[in-house]
Amino acid sequence: MSNTTAPKRFPMAWFYLALLVAYPLLVYPENALFRLTEISIGMQLTYIFIYAILALGLNVVVGYTGLLHLGIAAFFGIGAYITGILTVPAYPFQVGFIAALVLSTAGAALLGVLLGAPTLRLRGDYLAIVTLGFGEVTRFTLRNLEEITAGTRGLNPVPPPQLPGVLATPLSWLGIQPDWSLDYRLFYYLALGLLVLVVVLLTNLERSRLGRAWVAIREDELAATCMGINAARVKLSAFALGCGLAGMAGCLYATTLTSTAGPDAFDFNRSIIMLCCIILGGLGSLRGTLLGVVLLIGFDNVAAPVLDGLIQGANINPNGNPLLTFSNWKLLIFGVALIVMMRFRPEGLLPSRVVEEELVGYAPQPRGKLLRAR
Amino acid sequence: MTSLSFLAAADASGLWETLGQYTLIGLTNGMLFALIALGYTMVYGIIELINFAHGDVFMLGSFLALAMINVMTGRDWDWSDPQMLWLGIGLLLLVVPLFCAALNVTIDRVVYKPLRRAPKLAPLVSAIGVSFVLMNVGLLWGGAADRHFPDLISRQNLLGDDAAIGFTAKDLMVVAITVPIMAALTVFVKATRLGKAMRATAQDPVAAQLMGINIDRVIALTFALGGALAGAAAVVYGLYINTVSYQMGFQNGLYAFTAAVLGGIGNIPGAVLGGLVIGLARAFGSGYVGERWTSALVFVILIAILVFRPAGLLGARTREKV
Repeated sequence: MSNTTAPKRFPMAWFYLALLVAYPLLVYPENALFRLTEISIGMQLTYIFIYAILALGLNVVVGYTGLLHLGIAAFFGIGAYITGILTVPAYPFQVGFIAALVLSTAGAALLGVLLGAPTLRLRGDYLAIVTLGFGEVTRFTLRNLEEITAGTRGLNPVPPPQLPGVLATPLSWLGIQPDWSLDYRLFYYLALGLLVLVVVLLTNLERSRLGRAWVAIREDELAATCMGINAARVKLSAFALGCGLAGMAGCLYATTLTSTAGPDAFDFNRSIIMLCCIILGGLGSLRGTLLGVVLLIGFDNVAAPVLDGLIQGANINPNGNPLLTFSNWKLLIFGVALIVMMRFRPEGLLPSRVVEEELVGYAPQPRGKLLRAR
Repeated sequence: MTSLSFLAAADASGLWETLGQYTLIGLTNGMLFALIALGYTMVYGIIELINFAHGDVFMLGSFLALAMINVMTGRDWDWSDPQMLWLGIGLLLLVVPLFCAALNVTIDRVVYKPLRRAPKLAPLVSAIGVSFVLMNVGLLWGGAADRHFPDLISRQNLLGDDAAIGFTAKDLMVVAITVPIMAALTVFVKATRLGKAMRATAQDPVAAQLMGINIDRVIALTFALGGALAGAAAVVYGLYINTVSYQMGFQNGLYAFTAAVLGGIGNIPGAVLGGLVIGLARAFGSGYVGERWTSALVFVILIAILVFRPAGLLGARTREKV
């Protein structure tokens, strides 16, 4: 592990951050189209920040510690629903955003520990199946407990956070309206701020004793145990942190959306898309994870609808032929991306140095060689 | 599943009749899950890969069966004539498994084979990728909505019209197709040279290769057999449940995988036993707990089994090799 500090490891990080902070403040031509694009891109970026927090949480479990977690969406959903229950007017709690954020993070982390404690000793692929099963159970439970979760309708309205009074003046200087539903930029900065906090936290954790223990477990659990690492505890901490971050992202998601969304927003596909993000970017790599989220969620939420709109606008498809609807090809593209990545660049686009070194020796094998004897 | 609710509503008066009825439904459904589970378990037994795409191979098989039935009906195939009916089903049971076997072998060749020596995560993620691709193919082929599968076999109760327990011609069809297939598979694996080679490869691929077994061929054969079983299951499923959709591969694949794990993954009789248990759990679940909780129930069983008995009901406890 190198001892370089964060800015040196991400030479461009400050530049990108400045760009993201400045983006909504720049003055755009008062052309209606421009204005609309600015707002919709800004809103999509807000969701990309939220998904980035989710992906970073998953990266702690899968990337650093090497535990294949296929149910991260469940914890995302648990965070969203805890927030929903604690804040919507239908319930007597109405604790406000900050408390909801803390409690949904803690609640998801606690559930992660409860799931992890008995299951983390399972072999890799069995653990994958348990988390997958847990994800499905959670989704069905959210759907079936209609008295609590309002079934497929979801809980709403989730109220926006309360603006602290001290922010009123700076906001008016920046020309931001102090109303969450009128100006997307409040959510934008809230999500960006939390994302930056998470990135700082993880950058430091990565190089801490705990972070190195996670990687050691991933590389070789037996050797790590022999070196005096308490594997069960280290794995459990990764699980708790990953699930907690997912819960935090869920809280932000519900608040931004002003609704918990239905249970189907937290299905297996969501888990897989997040997994695709971190695999595409590079397992165990912070900047890789962020790049993966931008590419895949950007593709899913921005590029695909735009392409659909273009096809519709160009009147190529007057009869509504499903083969000409771009969204109908999305799964195929995701699937092929996964397969091609695994075959030709399993370490991801921006791999972490350690993973790269580990995988360099592995190249696609010539035919007819022996099976790997475990 | 539609048929479950349909049959569960059948009037079974007494407590015991109800219990018997649910058991019968459970066993019949369980046979179907078992057929799919066998494909998972055999592939896992040989290359330790959870073949996520297996359920989607099954789904494409049922779409092919549906397309064939539509073409045959268009050419005036007389499904009401019992002889033509069984001939038609025989034809389906020949073509669809062949298609699924070829598909499964192709997937292995193109996607999994280059990753044989990669870290275990790589083939698993690729399998999820293949599953997505196949699901998308199903979406483009059959559309997003559920498709009706023609109801070719009568629902007449074979035990008499006013018997307390219903056992229809459809149920009989499931049993009459699945049981011989499983028996044939057992004989193949236990008694033939190739079956022996398969068992040897599952036990220790390196040693098997040293004994002169061409393990690439054995693996291909395993994928072919698994695919063929999924194809047969697809035909039976279509005729029995009468609804197919591009998403059914994922759901049923998960149930079948649960069955395989339940019985002890890699263990062929275990997969059948696991399938029957899952079928029974679903039938009793929808009868006594409520239909909408059955899926959650199955996964709770899965988690409980993995936590308390990871080797499954029939699997031997193996120690992790270092």
